[in-house]
Amino acid sequence: MSRPTTPSVLRRVLGAVSRRRRHRFAPVVLLFMALAATGGAYSAFVPTNDAQASAGFGNQTLAEGRSLFLKNCATCHGLNAEGSSDGPTLVGVGAASVDFQVGTGRMPARELGAQIEAKRVEFTPTEIASMAAYIASLGPGPAIPSKQDVSAVNADIARGGEIYLRNCSMCHNFAGAGGALTRGKYAPSLKKTTAKHIYEAMVTGPQSMPVFANTTITPQDKRDIIAFLKTTRSEPTPGGASLGKLGPVTEGAVGWLVGLGALIGCAVWLGAKAR
Amino acid sequence: MTHPTSDDSIRTGPEGGMTDVQDSTTATGASNTEVMGTEATGAPGSGSQVELAGQYENPGLPAHVYRRSDIDPKAATRREREVATFFGLSTLGTVLFIVAYFAIKPAGKSGDELLSQVGLSTKLLGLGLGLALFCIGAGAIHWAKTLMPDDEVITPRKPLRSSDEDRAEAVAALRDGAAGAGMGRRKLIRNSLLGALAPLGLLAIIPLRDLGPLPGAALTGTWWTPGKRLVSDPQGRPLKASDIPIGGVVHVLPEGIENAEQPLAEEGKATVLVIRLAPDDIQDAKERRWSVDGIVAYSKICTHVGCPVGLYEQQTHHLLCPCHQSTFDVTRDCAVIFGPAARSLPQLPLDVDSSGYLVAREDFHEPVGPSFWERGER
Repeated sequence: MSRPTTPSVLRRVLGAVSRRRRHRFAPVVLLFMALAATGGAYSAFVPTNDAQASAGFGNQTLAEGRSLFLKNCATCHGLNAEGSSDGPTLVGVGAASVDFQVGTGRMPARELGAQIEAKRVEFTPTEIASMAAYIASLGPGPAIPSKQDVSAVNADIARGGEIYLRNCSMCHNFAGAGGALTRGKYAPSLKKTTAKHIYEAMVTGPQSMPVFANTTITPQDKRDIIAFLKTTRSEPTPGGASLGKLGPVTEGAVGWLVGLGALIGCAVWLGAKAR
Repeated sequence: MTHPTSDDSIRTGPEGGMTDVQDSTTATGASNTEVMGTEATGAPGSGSQVELAGQYENPGLPAHVYRRSDIDPKAATRREREVATFFGLSTLGTVLFIVAYFAIKPAGKSGDELLSQVGLSTKLLGLGLGLALFCIGAGAIHWAKTLMPDDEVITPRKPLRSSDEDRAEAVAALRDGAAGAGMGRRKLIRNSLLGALAPLGLLAIIPLRDLGPLPGAALTGTWWTPGKRLVSDPQGRPLKASDIPIGGVVHVLPEGIENAEQPLAEEGKATVLVIRLAPDDIQDAKERRWSVDGIVAYSKICTHVGCPVGLYEQQTHHLLCPCHQSTFDVTRDCAVIFGPAARSLPQLPLDVDSSGYLVAREDFHEPVGPSFWERGER
């Protein structure tokens, strides 16, 4: 019927299939072709990040930032960053928020779940800076901190520890190892977070984290906290293994499993008959 | 061969050699039947056991399994060396402990250096002590299990009842003693002894008085008074409403609490979490009345067992207690939505003073923290 209009590749495949209709591998071959076609179509249609295409930009201009935003963010955050059911408005979140979310790989999000996780960073620093500049132009918000803002020079580590223990440790653990929140959410570990990203998280309050604005935790307080966190990373553990510094949970687990396991092993050995 | 080593125990074992295994088992079986027989006569109530003993043939003990070290002299030598290795390891552990004790003297100049030396010392001392003690025990057990005699021993149960002569003798001795002491005759001595014994229990109860004074009203009130400023913990800065952004959290104490008679005890009751919500998010009328522009203050002491509740999630407005996962909904007057806590967190009514700083309008309206007996009587 429609044979003359069928594309030549398909016609050849169909021909081959019909010629070898009785061959017992024909269904397997067909299945593989179907799978390959689906996979190919998926990779062709799934949105890819435009990182490579826009890698050549040298200047931070609002136009470039806007172009990157439209290609990578607008699906969830709206064409004018007004927000949608899938993502909040970005008007007034500030450059610090963009630098944190994109700079830690949390944005663009791979999927919506209990929590959007940090992953490989998809953009170059220049691209992140132009997107941050574009978002900052939409409304006033926290700016990206300078090197001075996060420097540990002249910071009071002991005071930083005190502020950290009262304000941060309940979620992020006394040693910055992170911890669980409700319904699958969690406070991430701070062991590898850069000083700039710690600062930005405090001023912007990403996801579940509350905002610790400069009016309540002053820039000096923030520098002290960052200096304290950096110090705890290199602290030795005089009591033996640190067990991730997770506190009583891991210590109890090791005590019960390893300690009791060894005792039970000894008891089994005591009771076993020698051969 | 089987031979009784004492009147009532029978040994089977390798003394007789491999060929006698069959004999010894049969003999053991026979003696076992005897044991069961005596038991049955000793306890006439257990009639079913007698029946069972008659009904089934006593299978006796399973055949003695010889260890490799019993049969093969080479294996025995190997076991001997293993035991010696354990004991040698123990000696090594002792040496390690002594060497580590004297070689590592924590004397670092910086704190980190000192701590890592302490850490190394702790690990080596523990390793040495562990090796020294564990290997002695392990060697002894290995020795006993593989090389020491491996005979099965049967000891029949003895009747628990004393002989009639012994019982009569004991009763007579008691009667003689009672008559000699004159318990029935000398009533004065008996009654005064009872009078001395009866109040002895007081000696155990009276010192409990030293457990401390009763808490009095200390559990019902906190350091908050009307007009007292909220200051951030630990910086001690007073707060203005404009200082706190929506979604912001400040951990707060009453101003001047460090001057209290017992500052830590007072802080433990008065500590408060201040959260700013978008005013429209507040669903509870009382919560809104006691708030300032969406700023609410709740006691940080969990109503379950008093842990500090501080894990606030900005997007869901859940407040989580890290100890037992009690979860409170800040938009609904901190009602419990999950976990073992029985009551909402108490709210601190807020106000703004003439200089624009956040202050407490009054103290909490109910005792903070977990339940106690007299909680309802106010």
